[in-house]
Amino acid sequence: MTRYVLGRLVSLILSLAVASVVIFSVVEIVPGDPAAYMLGINARPDTLQALRVELGLDAPVQERYVAWVAGMVQGDFGISYTYRTPIAAMIADRVWVSLPLALYALTLSVLIAFPAGVFAASRRGRLGDLGVMGSTQIGVAIPNFWFAMILVMIFAIKLRWFPAGGFAGWDKGLFAGLKSLTLPAFALALPQAAILTRVMRSSLLDMLGEDFIRTARAKGLSRRQALWRHALRNALIPVLTIIGLQFSFLLAGGIVIEQVFFLPGLGRMIFQAISARDLVVVESVVMLLVFLVIMVNFVVDLAYGAVDPRLRTAR
Amino acid sequence: MTLLAIENLSLQIGTLPILHDISLTVNAGEIVAITGESGSGKSMTALAVMGLCPDGIQTTGRIVLDGTDILTTPEPALCALRGNEIGMVFQEPMTALNPVLPIGTQVAETIRIHQSVPKAEALRRAAAMLERVGLPPDRFPLNRYPHQLSGGQRQRVVIAMAIALRPKLLIADEPTTALDVTTQAHILTLLQGLAQEFGMGLLMISHDLAVVADVADRIVVMQQGRVVESGPTMAVLRDQTHPYTRALFAASSHQVNLPAPPAPAPLLRVQNVSRSYAQPRRSLFGPRGQTLAVRDVSFTLNHGERLGLVGESGCGKSTLTRAILGLEPVQAGEITLNGAPVWTDRHANLTVRRQMQVVFQDPYSSFNPRHRVDRLITEPFHLLDTPPQGAERWAKIASALADVGLHPSDAHKYIHQFSGGQRQRIAIARALINDPALIVFDEAVSALDVSVRAQVLDLLADLCRKRPLAYLFISHDLAVVRSITDRVLVMQAGQIVELGPTAQVFDAPSHPYTRTLLAASPKLPDFSDRSLTHAP
Repeated sequence: MTRYVLGRLVSLILSLAVASVVIFSVVEIVPGDPAAYMLGINARPDTLQALRVELGLDAPVQERYVAWVAGMVQGDFGISYTYRTPIAAMIADRVWVSLPLALYALTLSVLIAFPAGVFAASRRGRLGDLGVMGSTQIGVAIPNFWFAMILVMIFAIKLRWFPAGGFAGWDKGLFAGLKSLTLPAFALALPQAAILTRVMRSSLLDMLGEDFIRTARAKGLSRRQALWRHALRNALIPVLTIIGLQFSFLLAGGIVIEQVFFLPGLGRMIFQAISARDLVVVESVVMLLVFLVIMVNFVVDLAYGAVDPRLRTAR
Repeated sequence: MTLLAIENLSLQIGTLPILHDISLTVNAGEIVAITGESGSGKSMTALAVMGLCPDGIQTTGRIVLDGTDILTTPEPALCALRGNEIGMVFQEPMTALNPVLPIGTQVAETIRIHQSVPKAEALRRAAAMLERVGLPPDRFPLNRYPHQLSGGQRQRVVIAMAIALRPKLLIADEPTTALDVTTQAHILTLLQGLAQEFGMGLLMISHDLAVVADVADRIVVMQQGRVVESGPTMAVLRDQTHPYTRALFAASSHQVNLPAPPAPAPLLRVQNVSRSYAQPRRSLFGPRGQTLAVRDVSFTLNHGERLGLVGESGCGKSTLTRAILGLEPVQAGEITLNGAPVWTDRHANLTVRRQMQVVFQDPYSSFNPRHRVDRLITEPFHLLDTPPQGAERWAKIASALADVGLHPSDAHKYIHQFSGGQRQRIAIARALINDPALIVFDEAVSALDVSVRAQVLDLLADLCRKRPLAYLFISHDLAVVRSITDRVLVMQAGQIVELGPTAQVFDAPSHPYTRTLLAASPKLPDFSDRSLTHAP
């Protein structure tokens, strides 16, 4: 197991190094002058030159890369050109919205999908299965921003259980924070849960057709026992892959939902930075997102190892 | 004492009848074997006894186990019976175990599901049972996972699970079909010993008449869902009163009529060939170990000769075959066909490749299901500089299909419209279409029923009478190799340990490994001199 974890760690570090080089090259080296891009076509030459010096573009490429990476490792992401504030502080505010929101939505998705998937698989072809599968079709088909507005209309405007938008902030207490994230989390979780339910069901059904399930039944296990004790853990392997992908998507892909609920999240931040041509922010936030996605994949890899002994001892 | 009595069991799925009026009995301590070809209903009979038939079947008749009728017993009571009173061992040990649970837990589960004993106690009993089936805990700790064991060892774990509670009846469905001959012999001895020691009834299912003849007290011959003959093993095999039994027996010991090979003239030369594979790294920057799959192998295959290659799994047969076919380079030595190397300059030599073709084991998965037969069998044309077109192409297709006993109009059908034997004929047609000098048969008849196998072997003999064909025939089935080859190579651990004329190697093996193989290989009793045999 130690060897497996070390192997995954090496792969994690290499992925991060490659990603940082790619992002840096795309933004800072590949054709065109970042300063000219940020200022637009009507910029005066002396303003351009001043920005170049401010961004440090007059230094050699390797030096700039090293400075950028070294800065990030120490938590210094540079200064936003548009807002003139340290990017690290801007990110810190927003990560504490986006990360809990993504986790919240993922938790909801798993909490809905696991029981629904197991229920559907254990009643294959029967009414319960058809009901669950029909609901997942609807869940996949409904656009999440529309679902978000329906949630707002019912739970915020009519029932007044939850705020219609904005983020209360964690300083008002855990409950207030979670309360303002609940509707967005549900809106994000619905399509994810629908997809995850289908994956869970088909993965379980595949496993229930395996020879070792027949062996388990021959030992005297009932259908239900065979499903819980033998099929479930094996069925988790593809499900974990999807969970990893979903979490990566939820981190930055919630931008539409962030707009609907006026949440100050990473998705909105990067969208605004791109609109404002603030390349310094774009570069740093993209790198941060890549870092988070790679970390998620690392955790998923560790989970594979925990579930499947063949991965632990294969090397 | 009758332990299991199946009385007039009929079974159908929808309107499709599967079993008709099956009756058989198994006594305590007795080994009864059900034999027959695929589709005869052997496995379905076994599943019916377990109460594990697929959903939606209708049954009539009775299956009485020790006074309980399985067919009328409700599911919860059946769960209490399975594993406790009846155990079952399956064909495929590689997939019969849960890959994510240690073997000790899986064996202990049988105990814990039926008896409320503490986990430690169940594990202790599991260890004792694993020891009894030949997996002592000091060498095979309980925390081993299935993927860390070989096929034979996994089958022992499956057996330990099935017998952990000493059931009265053990059902073994083709328990050794997926195993090597020497492993097969060990598992059969183990099953026989257990039946005797526990006084357990053993209902064994096997398509292999030789295996059945070796172990069973009584045999039941099934054909298309009916019992056609049953009785004491020796009596059934000797008297062969039913024509189907006679046909099965004849097909199992089928001898083909091979034409004499032409005067020796080398076709394929394998000289000092070695092939190794890199092992995964032990540490990040450490050197990679090497697995030597084939070591310093040399032999010659002559024009028109049928050469056999036998050995157990992992002996290097497949590696050697891939190298001969130019699918992979070798690290040392040279392979030439008619003097030209099969591998040149980092790719297979096409002028040589077109003179060789291969027929694989599985007639079900070795064809693309979305192509018609004409496209499937003309695939080797890509090896030619100017592939035949139009009428010439169709003439080639028709002739190849006719040569393997199919009709030219079959070219327009899809592969799912053919039986296993017909598919293997199509695979042979695909191999013939470029008029090769050498065809490699990689376990080409192993997946076929005995009667179909006999026909395909006859076809192979016919083909080499009509065409100047040499065969390299790879098989674990010694009886087949004996009947279809002129010379035979025996491989063990990547090396050739014996090479000689087939009859000589089989009758007077010189290497101890060859002797072990031959001794382990089950043989049909010889009734050619009937006056010497007596009914048991």
